[in-house]
Amino acid sequence: MSATLWRGAAARVRANSAALAAIGVLAILVALALAAPALNPNSVETLDWSRVAYAPGLSHAHWFGTDRLGRDLFVRTFEGARTSMAVGLVAGAVSLSLGLGFGAVAGYLGGRTDYLMMRVIEILSGLPLVFFVIFLTVIFGRNGYVLYASVVAVGWLAMARIVRGQTLSIRRREFIEAAVAGGAGSVRVIWKHVVPNVLGPVAVYATLMVPQIILFESFLSFLGLGTQEPHASLGTLIAEGAGEMEAAPWILLAPGIFLALLLVSLNVLGDGLRDAFDVREPG
Amino acid sequence: MTQPRQSLLEVRGLRVEFEGRAAVDDVSFDIAPGEVLGLVGESGSGKSTLARALLRLVPAARGTVSFRGTDLLRCTGRVLRRRRRDLQIVFQDPLASLDPRMTVGEILAEPLAIFEPALGKRERRARIAAMLERVGLAPQAATRYPHEFSGGQCQRIGIARAMMQSPELLVCDEPVSSLDVSIQGQIVNLLSDLQRELGTAMLFISHNLAVVRHLSQRVMVMYAGRIVETATREELFAAPVHPYTRALLAAVLDPAAAVCPPGESVVYSCER
Amino acid sequence: MSAMPAAAGSASPASAAPILSIDALEVRYELDGAVIAAVRGVSLQVAAGECLGIVGESGSGKSQMVLASLGLLARNATIEGSVGFEGRELLGLPASALNRIRGSKLSMVFQDPMSSLTPHVRIGVQLGEVLVHHAGASWSAAERAALDMLERVRVPDARRRLRQYPHELSGGMRQRVMIGMSLMCEPKLVIADEPTSALDVTVQAQILALLREVRAQSGMSVVLISHDLGVVAGLAERIVVMYAGRVVESAPTMELLRAPRHPYTSLLMQCAPSLQRERLDRMPFIQGLPPNPAEREIGCAFAPRCPRVTDRCRDERPALLLIDAVAQVACHHPLAP
Repeated sequence: MSATLWRGAAARVRANSAALAAIGVLAILVALALAAPALNPNSVETLDWSRVAYAPGLSHAHWFGTDRLGRDLFVRTFEGARTSMAVGLVAGAVSLSLGLGFGAVAGYLGGRTDYLMMRVIEILSGLPLVFFVIFLTVIFGRNGYVLYASVVAVGWLAMARIVRGQTLSIRRREFIEAAVAGGAGSVRVIWKHVVPNVLGPVAVYATLMVPQIILFESFLSFLGLGTQEPHASLGTLIAEGAGEMEAAPWILLAPGIFLALLLVSLNVLGDGLRDAFDVREPG
Repeated sequence: MTQPRQSLLEVRGLRVEFEGRAAVDDVSFDIAPGEVLGLVGESGSGKSTLARALLRLVPAARGTVSFRGTDLLRCTGRVLRRRRRDLQIVFQDPLASLDPRMTVGEILAEPLAIFEPALGKRERRARIAAMLERVGLAPQAATRYPHEFSGGQCQRIGIARAMMQSPELLVCDEPVSSLDVSIQGQIVNLLSDLQRELGTAMLFISHNLAVVRHLSQRVMVMYAGRIVETATREELFAAPVHPYTRALLAAVLDPAAAVCPPGESVVYSCER
Repeated sequence: MSAMPAAAGSASPASAAPILSIDALEVRYELDGAVIAAVRGVSLQVAAGECLGIVGESGSGKSQMVLASLGLLARNATIEGSVGFEGRELLGLPASALNRIRGSKLSMVFQDPMSSLTPHVRIGVQLGEVLVHHAGASWSAAERAALDMLERVRVPDARRRLRQYPHELSGGMRQRVMIGMSLMCEPKLVIADEPTSALDVTVQAQILALLREVRAQSGMSVVLISHDLGVVAGLAERIVVMYAGRVVESAPTMELLRAPRHPYTSLLMQCAPSLQRERLDRMPFIQGLPPNPAEREIGCAFAPRCPRVTDRCRDERPALLLIDAVAQVACHHPLAP
């Protein structure tokens, strides 16, 4: 893969202060989320009846306060963060791969194959998401796999469309023709020539897709369809906190701020990547 | 009585349609093994479309393209891919025909990976280095990217890629038209050398008659999708028959013609 | 050989003031820390009523030089030197003043008419616009003038063509329209940058004939830029040869073609496509690579490719010197006449 493309893009990202700040913030958030259990020995489940709905304070054991059930919010917030980020990453990666494969094949093969594949995407896009998730939950019960499957089911559609568009724009370029003339079969052309050449813009969209996935997961959890008790995700925490807003606003604050920071930095990074890649390709 | 030579390529009644009209209309010709056939025409003549149709890069509406007995237009994809080993093409825009994300070495390795997958890494590298040298590039070029090279060098890479499997027929679609005049000769002579060395047949397409004159043994003239004249090189340039051919010849602007009468020529030399 | 350095192509001292005077023009770009020198110091003059040909290949800087003179370069270009048109300095002129000159007294014809003509505006409107904008003419007068111009540039069926869009015309006809547009305000100087390169050879000759005709009628000056010596030889009275951002030779056309002094010019003549010359098995070429504007200049830029190169050429850059009243060459070992 072109070293100069990535190197040039990296240089431009480095010059973009907003993107750098975003990377910094993301790094801090990830580090905090991973390190949290070491910083605070409280467990996610421990109920501290003596300090129910305790306000946050650094003097006592519960830095972020506790929730209605006396559970330490510091630990729960960062566990929620880990869950959300894991979903974003894993589901994001799976969506990316599915979308990339589907889109590249549809875009390159064209004709009837493309037509059929696009109809599949359109039909799936038309399905109401929530009903789909409920449907899956009914069949498979409430577990993490259903959550991941639902999220992937949503994410790959947009990625497939984007990849197909990118593929269409390079399909007629002469080096693709040259590869075909050289005896390359469709698989080789797609894998060796199409995919590396669409990866630039695709990487950008992938970064912008992760916030959407996290939001979707939060939304599902908010509805009670995603992460289940006693586990937490940013979505469940925010749902809880929303209910306690008048009496104990701090329950909502920590996960809310974390989620906001996460989404904003991912978006800013995505914008920065797009600017970095959106330059005349060498040649 | 000698038997007629078995043609390497036999094209009969080829027709390619584009937006309702015929870009290539009822074209028939032969190429003998080792022969260089020039194809001359201007924009809109259909010569590039013809080149692509021969390689089945664009669909043909009618006709046959028989390459060593196989009809390239009707055979299966798998048979076609195997035949491609012996039928290669060099494109007009040197940089655009090279994958910008691959190194020169990777570009040249592809034909080997497709047709000689069992080749070991060391052998592969040796073949690539040898080919780079053969086309006048340093072996170090293998680690660089196409955009780091000039137009002429990119075209050398394109030729190297096409010749990796020593094809029997090389289609050259305006291979020097986008290069500086002072560089064109480098590439044309390279093609000429390779052709002589390996006995490769060529279909040399150009709008530039003077270039075609250097390389071809026979010349076809194409206009509006049809072949209007076919002749040996000597015949065509000395006594063109079709009015379009005559117009093409008359349109060549020779700067020397401004200073000396036709028939004579100025001798330029850097010796004095 | 006189050792007097001179602007390329200076006409004899008794002539009138030149209509275009380029003096020590330099054009530089900075990209990622590297300096790209497109034009390295060009001086030349165009006399009133003369047709000057500028010949050069990629990296010669011929187009950059002309674009810089007309203020058409990107903002990141550094331009030094002076460009005088009718005695008035063009470099540094504000856009408003430049716009009054460009298109009316000094017009330009570009290589690709398809990208120079606005695709969604009718031909008649584009032609008429020039007059309305520059001469304040009324639309009816402009329309009549447009029709006249189309007939002058020999576009058949002119009345119908006025109403058509650029994509409905062939390449040759579009270029005729471009030439027509450049002539609408009766300019003193027309600069044609590769006007025939995008056209078929059969059309090329017609366009050049048109340019010749128009010049004969109006007596305007023309600067014809091309990589093709043959194109320039048929039209220009003097030819300037550029290489690597500098002028390497300048002489009256006949003299240059009969006896080029600079090795590059001589080699270029050998490479020019010719059906007259005896067919050679090997096609002539110049060895090596075209000049790279990003490289620093050490000695003569042509040295790596020159068959007459000596150590002096590699160390010392040859200045452009007069060799007689009308010709200059920049070479330590010019060819004998």
